[in-house]
Amino acid sequence: MNDIAGVVPMSKQIPIAEGLFTWPAEKPALLGSRCKSCGIAAFPVAESCMACSGQDIAVEALPTRGTLWTWTVQQFMPKPPYHSNETAETFRPYGVGYLELPGGVRVEGRLTENDPEKLHIGMEMDVIFDTWRVEENGDEVISFFFQPVANSGQEA
Amino acid sequence: MDVAIVGIGIHPFGRTPARSGLQQGAYAARLALKDAGVEWRDIQFAYGGSASAGNADALGNELGLTGIPFINVANGCATGGSSLMAAYNAIKSGEHDLGLVAGFDKHDRGAFNADPLALGLGQWYGEVGLMMTTQFFAMKIQKYMHDYGISADTLARVAEKAFINGSLNPNAWRREPVSAEQVASSMMVNDPLTKFMFCSPAEGGVALVLCRADKAKNYCASPVYLKSAVLKSRRFGSFEVFAPSQALQQVDGPTVDASKAAFEMAGVGPGDIDLSQLQDTESGAEIMHMAENGFCEHGEQEHLIATGATRIGGSMPINTDGGCLANGEPIGASGLRQVYENVLQLRGDAGEHQVPGEPRLGYTHVYGAPGISAVTILQR
Repeated sequence: MNDIAGVVPMSKQIPIAEGLFTWPAEKPALLGSRCKSCGIAAFPVAESCMACSGQDIAVEALPTRGTLWTWTVQQFMPKPPYHSNETAETFRPYGVGYLELPGGVRVEGRLTENDPEKLHIGMEMDVIFDTWRVEENGDEVISFFFQPVANSGQEA
Repeated sequence: MDVAIVGIGIHPFGRTPARSGLQQGAYAARLALKDAGVEWRDIQFAYGGSASAGNADALGNELGLTGIPFINVANGCATGGSSLMAAYNAIKSGEHDLGLVAGFDKHDRGAFNADPLALGLGQWYGEVGLMMTTQFFAMKIQKYMHDYGISADTLARVAEKAFINGSLNPNAWRREPVSAEQVASSMMVNDPLTKFMFCSPAEGGVALVLCRADKAKNYCASPVYLKSAVLKSRRFGSFEVFAPSQALQQVDGPTVDASKAAFEMAGVGPGDIDLSQLQDTESGAEIMHMAENGFCEHGEQEHLIATGATRIGGSMPINTDGGCLANGEPIGASGLRQVYENVLQLRGDAGEHQVPGEPRLGYTHVYGAPGISAVTILQR
């Protein structure tokens, strides 16, 4: 995802936020909550249901493949709290979209593709997990991304 | 008890390095008081707000400390609309006869950088670059264009119209016309929206003097009556800004809810409205808000805008003062700017940007993060 050259071998991989997705895991997945009263799912995990105010909530792994509901490309580098390893010089525009996960919710996330010509509503995408930034101590901060299915497995 | 607007004041929008946001608010308040022919000491209560320029009740330091209840309002882009609704209810209830509503702001250049924690979101959401209002508007119009056949040309035409109207309004920030071609070819910011399709944070101030309708003629020869003032927040399932996820089952947003309630309260329908000021944070917002407020069916905007219906001389003039696109968006003042413009239009005092045909009913609509909308209907 990002330039991770120079990472020391002993670095740790840490999730960008606890409870956002299963990590470490053989097949990581985003974690959602589902209301036991009304069945509505939410991401990230919420302690109460925004639909019915219910507080009986179950945590579940969300599907890892979905369809792109809408998208844009962020063409300029955001101000903080944006926190990456990029500088104004190395910033590259990035795609953002909502991925509709069947039976679950539409989740907002960064796309691995930033070419508007290659993005269209309804395309299939996988949820992948990759390094977002490298901390000064060498720790890799892991986040989630949506990747076009055609590219799955082709990019490390 | 009905409510009338008997005084209006504005500080020009844009950049005014010599004046603080508060001073711009005081400037507007003095003009509004003078317009109504009253003194600050006559005012019984006030509501006001600013997002980046301090507490509105600090206006007391500028205007005089008179001991009145002055309530600070903070409600994002709907701050002005919320202040107005509160003041409307204060008079309607019979509690007070005469009050002031003020909004002002002074923002730094560039896009707003919102704090995820203040909105109940995780810090990660901002760290990875999702905490951007511009992305939401781009994604909403992207989906809308896909579903209802709106073209990129139409996005450009909305901005072109805004800058034409701005060029006719002495209080606007952007006073030079920009062609649709220039709009379309300006830098892409968030696909499909280019730089000139977005409004910018800016500066400005607006104030209004409100009174009981039965006393309006004491202050003003041509009072304008507030037939409705409604504020709604999002319901579960609406597609809103700053949402890490959204429900699969979508419901109408707060704009639709506020609009319906406002029409019902006023006892009129969209076809009765002579001119509208609709939240145009960017070109796409104006297009979507035309339908969400009931002025057309989804998709009809393509034809309406191409044929000039939304221009000042058209059948449904929209954002006759140039809207947010030509005025910028000083958050605290923005919603009140719309009301100022409608009062000006209904009085027939809008000069070069006056809507012809002696308009009788004006409509205002604001929308903002994280999913709130305020609507007013004014009648002369």
